[in-house]
Amino acid sequence: MVDEPKNNRRQFLQKAALGGALVGAISIPVLSKAGETEFPDNLPEWMRMPGGDFTNYGQPSPHEQQVIRWISANPDAPGNGVSWTPLHDLQGTITPNGLHYERHHNGVPQIEPNEHLLVIDGLVDKALSFTVDTLMRYPMVSRLCFIECGGNSNSGWRSNPIQSQAGYAHGLVSNAEWTGIPLKLLLEEAGVQVTAKWAIAEGADASALNISIPIEKLLDDAILALYQNGERIRPENGYPMRLVLPGWEGILNVKWLRQLHLTASPAMSRDETAQYTELLPDGKARQFTFVNEAKSLITSPSLGMMLPDNPGIYQISGLAWSGRGKIVRVEISADGGESWTDAELQEPVLDKAFTRFSIPWKWQGEYAILQSRASDETGYVQPTRDALIENRGKHGFFHYNAIISWEITEEGDINHVYGF
Amino acid sequence: MSMVSKLSIPALFVLSALVAAEPTHQNLGLDAGVLSQEPQWNLTISPDGKNLPEGKGTAAQGKEIFALQCAGCHGPEGIGASADPLMGEVGSLTSDFPEKTVNSYWPYATTLFDYIRRAMPIDAPFSLTADEVYALSAYILSQDGIIASDVELNRKNLPQVTMPNRDGFIAIYPE
Repeated sequence: MVDEPKNNRRQFLQKAALGGALVGAISIPVLSKAGETEFPDNLPEWMRMPGGDFTNYGQPSPHEQQVIRWISANPDAPGNGVSWTPLHDLQGTITPNGLHYERHHNGVPQIEPNEHLLVIDGLVDKALSFTVDTLMRYPMVSRLCFIECGGNSNSGWRSNPIQSQAGYAHGLVSNAEWTGIPLKLLLEEAGVQVTAKWAIAEGADASALNISIPIEKLLDDAILALYQNGERIRPENGYPMRLVLPGWEGILNVKWLRQLHLTASPAMSRDETAQYTELLPDGKARQFTFVNEAKSLITSPSLGMMLPDNPGIYQISGLAWSGRGKIVRVEISADGGESWTDAELQEPVLDKAFTRFSIPWKWQGEYAILQSRASDETGYVQPTRDALIENRGKHGFFHYNAIISWEITEEGDINHVYGF
Repeated sequence: MSMVSKLSIPALFVLSALVAAEPTHQNLGLDAGVLSQEPQWNLTISPDGKNLPEGKGTAAQGKEIFALQCAGCHGPEGIGASADPLMGEVGSLTSDFPEKTVNSYWPYATTLFDYIRRAMPIDAPFSLTADEVYALSAYILSQDGIIASDVELNRKNLPQVTMPNRDGFIAIYPE
């Protein structure tokens, strides 16, 4: 009995392939056994015995164990690094919480929520502190938005294209529904003084990460987020609370937020000077480059996959996003940018959020270079790699948003190339 | 069904009237006027030196601390190991191989104190004394001649240090 199910399953697949009439014919000997029907022999084992137990917290199928964040950290300091969202293995637009990208500067703090305080002080009428419990009583809003690390796709600056799967080269970006308190409410309660132009945000991790954020953004659409995709934010994404600044680079979306100290000028902290600034060819560096500009990525077909049928029809699918607003157009090229066709955008198309695009493609064994090019509602068009490098040089490291190219060989293999 | 509708419509009007007349939430923030003066809520050190603690240290003292606390990840010369490069490469930013060290790239010396104290050494942040952080700052800066090797750094003179790349940044915000 224990060994039977596998055999039965194989027979089922064979019979199914042969067609209904033959299934009946083969089943006759089984029917001859008293008290049995044809079904046990034809149905998979999971239909013939009770299933597994209820679970307090569900997990993905064991058959999906390869769908993981790819961790890349410093061996000397394993808490300092990133993990990449496997965008190439996901569909739709929502990043599951266990797969949201991570950037930690010194590990994931295990914060006791009853001991955590948020302090708002500096250039305010009245310095205030908030416990987690009191914050839970404030009115909350929810919004979907992407968060993208300023260093996402930075391998694109290298001379040779990295041969990593789509998410493991471009997946320091994820998209979730964040729920929390409009930061404006808390700032107004403290009373923002007219001289306050910046807030120095500080996290309660073991790097006490501090970075300066324009007060204008905090009074606009910033959220003090407590929930991610409906559940409390997980430790690696900022439990018990984090900043969410829609459309602005990840480093500003400070996790484990403990303080907003309002000031007249920025702190010039390490992460707004030494890091997250972009060196130009003339030796000057762009600083306070907060917005993630429009970008797109074909997630399928992409490196690590192959095209099995020639000729075959394939669904080109991918993600586009812009820190300045809605995506209005994604164009696809199969000839390395010679000609472009509009992809279909999956509704709803939301402000500063992942937009899924798709278009069917008939491949007939020809050499091809697949590219996607996003445009946002401000009229900004995702640049070619040549144009980006022309403007910024090769040593900017951050904010790489050039068109990404997948080479399809005549054998149906897929490589990362820099296009034409 | 129709009865439910008749009941719920007047109820909604009452609710919206209440909301319009009353605040939507209570202000629940606690007065942090005293708490926010405590050192643990004043960690950030500004370019003008605000929040720098009392203390002092020299490059000679810093050299010994560096060997014990920093060289393991940053390398004995402060460059070329697994952690970010700290020293050397001043003037390299326009070259084909620019190296963004503390001394070649960072615009403010106060940031060095701020970052060492809050984040280093990476296995024991906040474990160094103020004197040790001043000494490490003096050692790193003196290696490229940004300060003289005999300068004792303290809360008064650290903000006065002029970094080589002080004017190397272009603010993109506000646009």
